[in-house]
Amino acid sequence: MTITDSRPRTATTPDIRVVRRRLGPGRRIPYAFWIGPLLLLAVWSAGSATGLISPAILTAPWDVVVAFGEQWTDHDLLGNILSSLNRAALGLGFGIAVGGVLAVVSGLSRIGESLIDGPIQIKRSVPTLALIPLFIAWFGIGQEMKIVTIALISLVPIYVHTHNGLRSIDGKYAELAETIDIGRAEFVRHIVLPGALPGFLLGMRFAVTSSLLGLVVVEQYNATAGIGHMITLAEQYGQTDVIVVGLVIYGVFGYCADSAVRLVGRRVLAWRRTLED
Amino acid sequence: MAPDTRGLIAAPAVRVRDLHRSFSADGGVLNGLDLDIAGGEFVALIGRSGTGKSTLLRALAGLDRDVAGHGEIEVPANVSVVFQDSRLLPWRRILDNVVLGLRGPDAAERGRQALAEVGLEGRERAWPFELSGGEQQRASLARSLVREPQLLLADEPFGALDALTRIRMHALLRKLCEAHKPAVLLVTHDVDEAIVLADRVIVLDAGVVHADVRTDRPRAELRSFLLKKLGVREELGVR
Ligand SMILES: Nc1ncnc2c1ncn2[C@@H]1O[C@H](COP(=O)(O)OP(=O)(O)OP(=O)(O)O)[C@@H](O)[C@H]1O
Ligand SMILES: [Mg+2]
Repeated sequence: MTITDSRPRTATTPDIRVVRRRLGPGRRIPYAFWIGPLLLLAVWSAGSATGLISPAILTAPWDVVVAFGEQWTDHDLLGNILSSLNRAALGLGFGIAVGGVLAVVSGLSRIGESLIDGPIQIKRSVPTLALIPLFIAWFGIGQEMKIVTIALISLVPIYVHTHNGLRSIDGKYAELAETIDIGRAEFVRHIVLPGALPGFLLGMRFAVTSSLLGLVVVEQYNATAGIGHMITLAEQYGQTDVIVVGLVIYGVFGYCADSAVRLVGRRVLAWRRTLED
Repeated sequence: MAPDTRGLIAAPAVRVRDLHRSFSADGGVLNGLDLDIAGGEFVALIGRSGTGKSTLLRALAGLDRDVAGHGEIEVPANVSVVFQDSRLLPWRRILDNVVLGLRGPDAAERGRQALAEVGLEGRERAWPFELSGGEQQRASLARSLVREPQLLLADEPFGALDALTRIRMHALLRKLCEAHKPAVLLVTHDVDEAIVLADRVIVLDAGVVHADVRTDRPRAELRSFLLKKLGVREELGVR
């Protein structure tokens, strides 16, 4: 037994207690959120400053900042960002809605499952990006094709994780619901949806990153605005610093979105006590 | 689904005739069981582990869809079950758990009253994990009582509680049953619990009612009778 109580003790309350060594990850570190990314930035800066990372391989952070400023003032960077965000959000929104509904339908009814689950599993094994030529033929090369692709790519993780979360709800709660005579709708509202929520939120984390992945690809097709468009142009002109600006922006998008999902998760899953807390 | 003739009778009472249930081809768990419970009567069901107490209870609760068997079961329309685990939905606050599925504008108020009755006023907004085991079981009792059942089925509801909490829960359950007058079928492992709580004790063995006694006899005599029926020799010193 290890005694690990290093908290300060006041003279008035001689609090002598034995506290077990913690096996979980322990208490939250303030701003833990930023530590990893900042460390990464520090390594990058140090590498560039000492010349270990030559500009030909990776532009120095300060040059990226300069390029960012140039893009912002001269090339409507804000417009590009908004245009990309708009695309990703629309695609993601459709993907979440459709994936969530399909997961609930297929999770709750055997007929639904036999109709939906198979096609989704098939879809999973066909890379969405390989479908783009087909979508271009169907939807043209405009915004529809891009949104459909992003929706499809983010639908899959939402479906898989929500379905899995729903099916792993303990059967004893369904039994309880049967003994108190509640209807289907109430069963879904009080038991199925809250029970599947942890799965859904995990699906969200994957879906957010998938939607960005989709964004990168679709924006290379005939886009007139967007970060992908900016990167494609920069590639043609050999401006590595602008490419890095684009990459950093994608990274920031992804990181913020993921953090937002986790934050929401912590609030709506307040009923759970896990190693997370 | 076991092809029972399952009728809903108006008078709050249980009538079971020739009930058979089996999980495998080579032997039944319930073999032609007969049972009657009058309205407002408190019956305790004891029996060795694996004799089919839970199986009977689940049959009465209508939760044994996938079990083979047949027989005749009549139960009141309004049946409520208290499980061994409190079975509170972890993602709903205590009050929401208690009023789950209740209709009517006064549902929340009735839920609050039921919680007060089991001594949990002020804990309406707590999450289930914030309650102790006994408090959780009390909340699940409140969830059953708020539905004003004509028949309360309880499968070892105090099995997981410590001795002291059990005694408190016994008093509470007796009080609540006297106030609300449901017919009760309580499954328990504990002969003393059965004697203290019930009007009648039934011993289940080999899938039929092996003994059926009222608890108005002297306690020591009743206890040794029931232990004998359970196949426990008293000098072995079971408590
Ligand atoms: N779902 C099931 N599938 C197969 N066999 C089962 C199932 N449920 C119960 N049984 C068997 O039926 C018999 C009676 O089980 P039951 O749960 O009714 O016993 P019990 O009297 O409640 O026992 P205990 O006091 O230990 O809870 C046991 O032999 C058990 O193995
Ligand atoms: Mg049992």
